[in-house]
Amino acid sequence: MVDQDNLQNQELIRVKKLVKYFPVKGGVLRRVVDWIKAVDGVDFTIREGETLGLVGESGCGKSTIGRTILRLIEPTSGRVEFEGTSIFDLSDREMKSRRRDMQIIFQDPYASLNPRKPVGDSIMTGLKIHDIGDKQERYEILMDTLKKVGMSKYHAHRYPHEFSGGQRQRIGIARAIAILPKFIICDEPVSALDVSIQSQVLNLLQDLQGELELTYLFIAHNLSVVEHISDRVAVMYLGKIVELAPRLELFRNALHPYTQALMSAIPIPKPNLKRERIILKGEVPSPQNPPPGCHFHPRCPVAMAHCSLEEPQFIEAAPDHWVSCFQVNAQNWMSNETNAGLQN
Amino acid sequence: MLNSNNQSLLVVTDLKTQFFTEDGVVKAVDGVDFDIKRSEILGLVGESGCGKSATVLSIMRLIGVPGKIVSGKVVFENRDLLTISDNEIRDLRGNQISMIFQQPQSSLNPVFTIGDQLSEVIQIHKDIEKAAALERSVDLLRVVGIPDPEQRIKSYPYELSGGQAQRVMIAMALVLEPSLLIADEPTTALDVTIQAQILDLMRDLRNQMGTAIILITHDLGVIAETADRVAVMYAGQIVEKASVTNLFEQPLHPYTQGLINSIPVLGEVKERLDVIEGNVPNLINLPPGCRFAPRCRAYLESELTICSEQMPVLRQEGIDHSVRCWLYQDTGINTSQTNF
Repeated sequence: MVDQDNLQNQELIRVKKLVKYFPVKGGVLRRVVDWIKAVDGVDFTIREGETLGLVGESGCGKSTIGRTILRLIEPTSGRVEFEGTSIFDLSDREMKSRRRDMQIIFQDPYASLNPRKPVGDSIMTGLKIHDIGDKQERYEILMDTLKKVGMSKYHAHRYPHEFSGGQRQRIGIARAIAILPKFIICDEPVSALDVSIQSQVLNLLQDLQGELELTYLFIAHNLSVVEHISDRVAVMYLGKIVELAPRLELFRNALHPYTQALMSAIPIPKPNLKRERIILKGEVPSPQNPPPGCHFHPRCPVAMAHCSLEEPQFIEAAPDHWVSCFQVNAQNWMSNETNAGLQN
Repeated sequence: MLNSNNQSLLVVTDLKTQFFTEDGVVKAVDGVDFDIKRSEILGLVGESGCGKSATVLSIMRLIGVPGKIVSGKVVFENRDLLTISDNEIRDLRGNQISMIFQQPQSSLNPVFTIGDQLSEVIQIHKDIEKAAALERSVDLLRVVGIPDPEQRIKSYPYELSGGQAQRVMIAMALVLEPSLLIADEPTTALDVTIQAQILDLMRDLRNQMGTAIILITHDLGVIAETADRVAVMYAGQIVEKASVTNLFEQPLHPYTQGLINSIPVLGEVKERLDVIEGNVPNLINLPPGCRFAPRCRAYLESELTICSEQMPVLRQEGIDHSVRCWLYQDTGINTSQTNF
């Protein structure tokens, strides 16, 4: 967690106009007939030491953003800067050494560990790839890392299938932190876990962040979890970020109609709580054919005619609170005209 | 919403279901008692392996080898479902008691149209022509909020989104107006905005048709917003049973308390989440005594020895509130401090 008053915090990652389209091939000649616009132009920064939450429903593009930042998927266009260096311009060798600073934890603790290797080997993979230490030193780092994630040295020799979901997730975390990166993308790290194990893993991630001075991009569909662990939260819908704000500000003052609906849809464990329920009509549309203009307009309870004609700009509607919505922009347009457009 | 003279629709008594595996006998459901009244929504909550799915599958007699319902009574409208004939239970399923599952796409037959599958349910139980059954299907699809139902009955399941598929499942489950609907994690696989739609729909249908619903979920938020009463399960047993208000305002069992405290709640700022240490026990080699004891902070911090030696029974602790815990049963310790 960071001191939000000190917004001068160093930028670690800057994402500019990031786009990722996946081709849809069809026909006898397997030509490209359409595009899945998974990420359709996003801009954001991640500050050193902070946790930026990225939340949205299925198909919104959040996982694709994570993978594209690490170049696990090559982008269609746009720019990602890590500590000021443009990632997409790097050669394979340069990228490999950059990856020492950027790691990822995956959602599925069952699929993300090699079932044929003892977990100790998996955890040390990064150390070997980046030529860190000799055999003895690597072993010591392994022991130290296992301890940090709350596991014991005896676990190193066992195979993934011998562990529970929560334990495998700890192993995934161990693998990510073993080489002491600066930045970790957590891609739905607790979604596959039971509720009582989720809290163990979330606390662990928070403790490690303080101990190892980590910066997180925390991707999830559960807004309650994201809001708990993040400093700032970005809400995505159909390939675009529709709102980005510090977490309390987002909760108290959500401006985008989608964010408001998302929050009102989340079941809260307090019976008898009177809440305004905004039930969105219709289905979550496919990124293959996003609606024209504002992607959200067909389901938006306050859509105007203009919303289907033009895409709203991503604008700072309140301090550090960005939103793309004509309804909001209309109110703030005059005073924010000088700030209009994208983050600089 | 609840008629105080409401008689119980379903009464489950001492239900025990076990799975005979190579590694040993798994006591998946180990002495479960509960009842549900007409029009009531009963939440059955617990984490993976607690026995909630096995319990309802036992009620429907859908437990297959190597599982076996070894004892108990499941009385539905004056009949014990565990002793009636195969024909009789088949007659009940889909008709008076229906069930919907977590993955709607997996429960729908991919090679038949929605219309075919819906009409099939009707025609199995009622002597009516296909055309009439299809008409009824269109009506139902409209009731569950599927747009353009006359077109939709010609669709195949793969053409539906998750939310739509679940609506179709609900339509199939309600087409014969059962008095009891069992919903096993019906919204877990759905996006949150779609989940809100589906839960709303289920509440509306309960209000309109008077269907009682057993709602299984691990999501306490869903329970708080939807259920009238709740049963919390752990390792094959019910550890706490209460009205939904009582459960959240005054959770008694340390497991329930731990669960409620470990969930991040939108709008509540907490530095760290409370944690239940350890893991769910192995259901094959269960120790004597309370199954939650090894993880129970109350037990670990107190001087009680009975918890690890003897199994507590589920006992009434107030109006509409029972709990299975030695802390509340004359062990001589101060029970006024009930929050651990």
